[in-house]
Amino acid sequence: MSILRPAILVAVMSAVTILLRALPFLLIRGETPPYIAYLGRVLPPAIIGMLVIYCLKDVQPGDPAQLVPAVLGAAAVVALQAWKRNSLLSILAGTLVYMVLVQAVF
Amino acid sequence: MDHHIVRQAFLRSVPVMAGYIVLGIGFGILLRSAGYGVLWSLAMSVCIYAGSMQYVGVSLLAGGASVITTALTTVMVNARHLFYSISMVDRYKDAGRYKPYLIFALTDETYSLLSDGNVPSQEEAHRYRFLVSLFDQSYWVTGCVLGSLLGAVLPFSTEGIEFSMTALFIASYTEQWITAHDHIPALTGLFCTLLCLVVFGPSRFLIPAMLMITLVLTLLRGRTARELTRDLTQGTVSCASTGESEEEAS
Repeated sequence: MSILRPAILVAVMSAVTILLRALPFLLIRGETPPYIAYLGRVLPPAIIGMLVIYCLKDVQPGDPAQLVPAVLGAAAVVALQAWKRNSLLSILAGTLVYMVLVQAVF
Repeated sequence: MDHHIVRQAFLRSVPVMAGYIVLGIGFGILLRSAGYGVLWSLAMSVCIYAGSMQYVGVSLLAGGASVITTALTTVMVNARHLFYSISMVDRYKDAGRYKPYLIFALTDETYSLLSDGNVPSQEEAHRYRFLVSLFDQSYWVTGCVLGSLLGAVLPFSTEGIEFSMTALFIASYTEQWITAHDHIPALTGLFCTLLCLVVFGPSRFLIPAMLMITLVLTLLRGRTARELTRDLTQGTVSCASTGESEEEAS
């Protein structure tokens, strides 16, 4: 297989990703406008919320084999995080709950 | 002092380690099964360094996508990075020589580690953030290369391992919820996205969701300012928000 074509595609993915990350830094000069500062304060929790939904976007709510592992896995993460405040522990336990459920139960 | 900040940065990055190595291994396995070996895995994890985009990239490479399709898909999948950068413009403003890499390495996970604004030392804040970013990418590259090498020889089923990415964001969301006093932004993100998912479907909801979140939060701007003033006068503002305002003042 030709090396050139996939290499170009990888370069395009890299360049566009870098551009998206750098654009606000290139466009916003000098003093940060108060509106941007406001967005910087309120966007983080909103975007994390968006990413949670983004990760769960392909879960079909009507299919218990998909819904139950996702809900129980998520519940395990929330409960452990609220209890122990240890992200790694919450993530590992939640993932384990999910993997056991999709592999052994459903 | 130097070792102290490296240690602090390493400890901060630990929650990402398992997720990145595991997701990276998944990517390496996937990429190999599409016919691209370890050097491709290394190149993509070093040059692109965007988890979900790299997964999408495998199908672009395998399907022989055009340059235009590849560019547009990357914009769609990674448009959220614009928002990370916007919220970091202020914080990274004076990062000097660390700035290019900090911007390049601003992934979902690194953002979730650095977005609360807490740093162990104000003088070494940028060095600390640089190290956290670098640790994170080293885990990702390690995972991607490892996955490619391990290929399909793993002795156990890894089905469901992709939930680690979901779990990471849920843990981050929960943690932000616990430390924040004002839950309106977090709820706005969740419900706007959910609404857009229902309306636009799973392949097209991300851009509308981002626009709607920005719009709603913009409309709520006056409210948040009033609440904050009230909280400050009552002295009930949370640790998280005072930490950030201290940083902005310094």
